[in-house]
Amino acid sequence: MWTIQPRGLGDLLEALRNRGYRVVGPVVRDGAICYEDLGSIEDLALAWLDEQEPGNYRLTGSGNGDLFSYSPGAHTWKKFLHKPSVTLWRATKDQKGLHLKEEPTAEGKVALFGARPCELAAIAIQDRVFLEGPFVDSFYAAARKEMFVVALNCSHPSKSCFCVSMKTGPRAATGFDLCLTEIHPNGEAELVVEVGSETGGLILADLQRREATEKDLEAVRKTLEEAEQRVERSLDTEGIQGLFDRSFESPQWDDVARRCLGCANCTMVCPTCFCTTVVESSDLAGAEATRTRIWDSCFTKDFTYIHGGSVRPSGYSRYRQWITHKLANWIEQFGTSGCVGCGRCITWCPVGIDITAEVEALRARERTGSGSGGSSHEGNA
Amino acid sequence: MIAAADPMVPNLHRIQKVTQETSDTFTLALAPSCGRKCPAFRPGQFNMLYVFGVGEVPISISGDPATPETLVHTTRAVGAVTAAMKKMRPGDQLGVRGPYGTEWPVAEAHDRDVVIVAGGIGLAPLRPALYSLLNHRERYGRVVLLYGTRSPEDILYRTEIQKWRSQFDLDVHVTVDRATGKWRGNVGVVTSLIPKAPFDPYHATAFVCGPEIMMRYTILALLKRGVEKDSIHLSMERNMKCAVGFCGHCQIGPLFVCRDGPVFGYPRLEKLLDKREL
Repeated sequence: MWTIQPRGLGDLLEALRNRGYRVVGPVVRDGAICYEDLGSIEDLALAWLDEQEPGNYRLTGSGNGDLFSYSPGAHTWKKFLHKPSVTLWRATKDQKGLHLKEEPTAEGKVALFGARPCELAAIAIQDRVFLEGPFVDSFYAAARKEMFVVALNCSHPSKSCFCVSMKTGPRAATGFDLCLTEIHPNGEAELVVEVGSETGGLILADLQRREATEKDLEAVRKTLEEAEQRVERSLDTEGIQGLFDRSFESPQWDDVARRCLGCANCTMVCPTCFCTTVVESSDLAGAEATRTRIWDSCFTKDFTYIHGGSVRPSGYSRYRQWITHKLANWIEQFGTSGCVGCGRCITWCPVGIDITAEVEALRARERTGSGSGGSSHEGNA
Repeated sequence: MIAAADPMVPNLHRIQKVTQETSDTFTLALAPSCGRKCPAFRPGQFNMLYVFGVGEVPISISGDPATPETLVHTTRAVGAVTAAMKKMRPGDQLGVRGPYGTEWPVAEAHDRDVVIVAGGIGLAPLRPALYSLLNHRERYGRVVLLYGTRSPEDILYRTEIQKWRSQFDLDVHVTVDRATGKWRGNVGVVTSLIPKAPFDPYHATAFVCGPEIMMRYTILALLKRGVEKDSIHLSMERNMKCAVGFCGHCQIGPLFVCRDGPVFGYPRLEKLLDKREL
């Protein structure tokens, strides 16, 4: 373990750029923390404080000397790995017939600067989806292979966070090349660095650093313990597959459907949601067509459309699908929950639907005996 | 870097032959025009078919697994892609990727009776299973095809069905929802054929494909007749964009139809089939 000064962050950024990495990280844009290119250290969002709660997000100056006193915003790292829009291939048509042109899979090496522990857990989950099944997504694999991760342990969880109950934070255990923890041993910010890979060690060797003292490590422990205690929300995952199995006809689905706008925000901000559709576009002459894969959401009616109609025409069935898949079916499909407790779906839901509260409501209805059979839904949205 | 084998990239094929089966249903015979060979397929599997400028849809393979060099797909024109496909002629090109998914477990049916229950276009994914059974007829007990369509005009593979009917080693029973013209056959839903169909329910394997409502009632009739749950297999249909487990569209509960299906043993679907809007 090593300790660097805040100005070392600029050196770290330069070291990564010198090694050919495109460095992306948190910047302030449109009043929110966004993940964008870091051209220089000036772009990095430092000393900002965020307020998050169901349906609410505000970014303000921190004023307390802390560098990283915010938690993730609406962006997720999946925008660099499982991109919102990917050209899969193109086809052209001439007198000889059709010709296919495959697309390049990667633009180069990317370094994620400031990935939170819950976000590393999310990347590990998407790895299972795109790399560990019978088929491999070559676009994801190419982006993933050349990725460098500077992780950032969480010292300021937001009110939407529930990583502790999902066992993903506030401390990163794995999945990084370097991992930073901000401490304030003498009132001034310093960063304790843990090395997670050989490349990480090589890059750190370029930086001005000192060996972390026992006092530094104690400060790290204390910071992360305090952060853990500040995580207010929790999601009870005990027997959750059975809960969803028994709750299929729960009146709670009608209840949440009355609030849910079906806007798909939760799926767009979720770091693990992976669903896509493919759109076909062609030029006006009809000589060239492009196949583009874009993020899709199970909250749209089209998502399940087959001739004759949608399999899930009603809002309640689409919310039920999303949460059941995320928290229960995912376990059967990929051996892990699809939720990392980052709280984005809670913050960015325009009506403040809280996934942890919905699970609690399902449990409460079971306890009080209003868990099933009482539903009046007729299937029309 | 070029994706050597991204699973979303198809191979080009050329249409060899178009057969108009009914007013809205047609069969395409395809051969690769990309220099590659057609991969072998197992009965029940499907391909993603791509029409230039329109899009891509999952379509089951309906040809004979013993002659994979010609790829045969029977399709009903119900959406933009299949409507465009209906207008295509010999020499036109399609993109094909696959085959994908699980198969009708024909090997499990050795030394047993086999009952195939098809509703409408559901006969298309079952035809490779029937070919497979007939190619190795001696391995099976009685083989029964129960086929229901809306009207006599909607009967697929008409000439072939007539040929099968005349065979001594295959029982074919066709029924229609509405009799028209000179129809002198059965009238009623396909499930009405199950109680008296000539097979031994205690030693029979059933392959079922059709609309979900038809499959649900077929299962009830088969179970009532005494067929074991484990011996019933169904083929499911869902919206599909990738066929390789990435797009998420085809999920039924924890199952991905593209990779866990489309052919499922009934026990895996038992708890899911009756759930509305799953």
